[in-house]
Amino acid sequence: MKSFTFKYLSWLSLCALFLLTGCERPPMEGVQHGFRGTGMVEIYNPRTVEAKAENNAVPFALPAAPTDGPRAFQVFKNVQVLGGISSAQFSRLMVSMASWVAPKEGCLYCHNPANFADDSKYTKVVARRMIQMTQHINADWSNHVADTGVTCYTCHRGNNIPQQVWFKRDATPPGSNFMGDKSGQNEPAASVGLTSLPNDPFTPFLLGSDPIRVNGTTALPNGNRHSIKQAEWTYGLMTHMSTSLGVNCTYCHNTRSFASWEGNPPQRATAWYGIRMVRDLNLQYLEPLTSTFPHERLGETGDVAKVYCATCHQGVYKPLNGAKMAQDFPELKTVTSAQSDTKVAKR
Amino acid sequence: MAQYQNLFTAVQVAGPTSDGIPLKKGNDPRLIKPFFVYLAGRLGNAQIGPVYLGTLGTASLIFGILAFNIIGMNMLASVNFDPIQFIRQLFWLALEPPAPVYGLHWPALNQGGWWMITGLFLTISIFLWWARTYRRARQLGMGTHVPWAFAGAIWLYLVLGFFRPLLMGCWCEAVPFGIFPHLDWTAAFSLRYGNLFYNPFHALSIVFLYGSVLLFAMHGATILAVSRYGGEREIEQIVDRGTATERAALFWRWTMGFNATMESIHRWAWWFAVLCPLVGGIGILLTGTVVDNWYLWAVKHGVAPHYPTVFPNVVDPATLPGVKP
Repeated sequence: MKSFTFKYLSWLSLCALFLLTGCERPPMEGVQHGFRGTGMVEIYNPRTVEAKAENNAVPFALPAAPTDGPRAFQVFKNVQVLGGISSAQFSRLMVSMASWVAPKEGCLYCHNPANFADDSKYTKVVARRMIQMTQHINADWSNHVADTGVTCYTCHRGNNIPQQVWFKRDATPPGSNFMGDKSGQNEPAASVGLTSLPNDPFTPFLLGSDPIRVNGTTALPNGNRHSIKQAEWTYGLMTHMSTSLGVNCTYCHNTRSFASWEGNPPQRATAWYGIRMVRDLNLQYLEPLTSTFPHERLGETGDVAKVYCATCHQGVYKPLNGAKMAQDFPELKTVTSAQSDTKVAKR
Repeated sequence: MAQYQNLFTAVQVAGPTSDGIPLKKGNDPRLIKPFFVYLAGRLGNAQIGPVYLGTLGTASLIFGILAFNIIGMNMLASVNFDPIQFIRQLFWLALEPPAPVYGLHWPALNQGGWWMITGLFLTISIFLWWARTYRRARQLGMGTHVPWAFAGAIWLYLVLGFFRPLLMGCWCEAVPFGIFPHLDWTAAFSLRYGNLFYNPFHALSIVFLYGSVLLFAMHGATILAVSRYGGEREIEQIVDRGTATERAALFWRWTMGFNATMESIHRWAWWFAVLCPLVGGIGILLTGTVVDNWYLWAVKHGVAPHYPTVFPNVVDPATLPGVKP
């Protein structure tokens, strides 16, 4: 009898252990965020936070360059965006960009070694547009980036292509279209935290401007026709946001009502502007570059790589843990372009 | 030395197999020659079979297997008939109801048509199974408590997949067939309709759910505790109360001042279990049809409390002038 009990208990504990392997080990840290009793507590795993530290360290900035002396356009040819800054500042930014975006390839990742002014490499054309995008974010989207600002490094982190970008999903069902349509969901997709939610909520919300809000504004039915399926798309987008920022829902919401703004932290307003910023960047800067990129850089539906929350945030609620890296690069903080084809709409 | 226990017993008394009572005219023969399984005996009765399948059981199984296979084939097709991916992604895969654009119209097969067919077959199968439990209970001269309890669950099933979508004018409101997808649907349902936490019928349903668990634990524990006095012979004890019943009753009167009786405890348990899907179904049926936002409904009726402001000056940016929502 005893040996039976022992065998039984060991099997039971083995099963319990197996079931626990999917969990993160304690202890966790909890930080109260809203009014007591509302459950607005941020849960952090200190080991995960530590693991993200290296990726979010700020690289060494070159010493500031003098702002006087000859202008960049007087020294270099074909300087379309940054012609007005000093040539010393210009050179410093170019060297910094090489270390941020192409540390292995260096200048030649974008430049033709025979003629640096030549625009024959697509990477140079893209880089120019990305400088304008960075300036636009810092100058016009302070609602989201505040005075922290962004640089190329905020997204690139030493990679040619930022590690977290998105492409449209090819939702065509395999085979004859007779059965097996997933309706754009129901697979363990990393984009929505491995849930079975719609895995490309970015095309409707971060490229298109489909309504994200699905809740009714009155207690009783009053013409709100949003379906549960639409709620799942919003849920997918929100799951992406929470995963990319490394926070719970309660970082922005009082979850007793996701729609209500009462008792909500200011971060929710910041995030609201973030969604509009990302949509603006995708429409104004990235989509128009589709034909500039070679085929192998495009997604399965032939679309260009686009940005979402994870592109900058990369698992922390303030990219680079809130380091004000852009302050070392004042030329990236204002729109300096006089180019005619880059009319940047302010929203 | 081996002991006889009520659960996980190591000692099994094995006699000749029993076929049960002779069946009346018009019944089919029972299937499967009874046999003993030692492991089954550790949990309950060691005798397996005979099984009464009959016309209703056969028909129910046919429709049930058809529905199950249509779901499975759709899942398999969605991973391009890759058996490895089928197993890896099984918990994520689903057969989805039609898209909102179809309303109550019949969609294309791959746009929810398969879901409609599956829903129809599954419902037929469940109804046939219900009729089977009713008929078997009657043939054994039993009351029909089991079929009516089952009907409670069927009510919730029909509300979720039929009555409510019908009232909402859209099959898209129904539940997908799939493990994680139906859980996501549940969460999305609450998100869309302003937090089901504030739905009083949902709250009642939870009371009966947890109440059932509590009653089950209290009753199970009580009977086990008095089984040394023959308390597990509950049916006899109902009409011929012995010391086991006296002690069990006294225990609860001492601890909480009131006790159920040997009979009434089973009525308590039956009603708690049945009321759980019954009131839950009412709560679901009211959602979207009568109430669109349960949180605002709770605010309107003074149910949701007001909390002091922690973050002043946070406004919805969409309400600011000159901002596109």
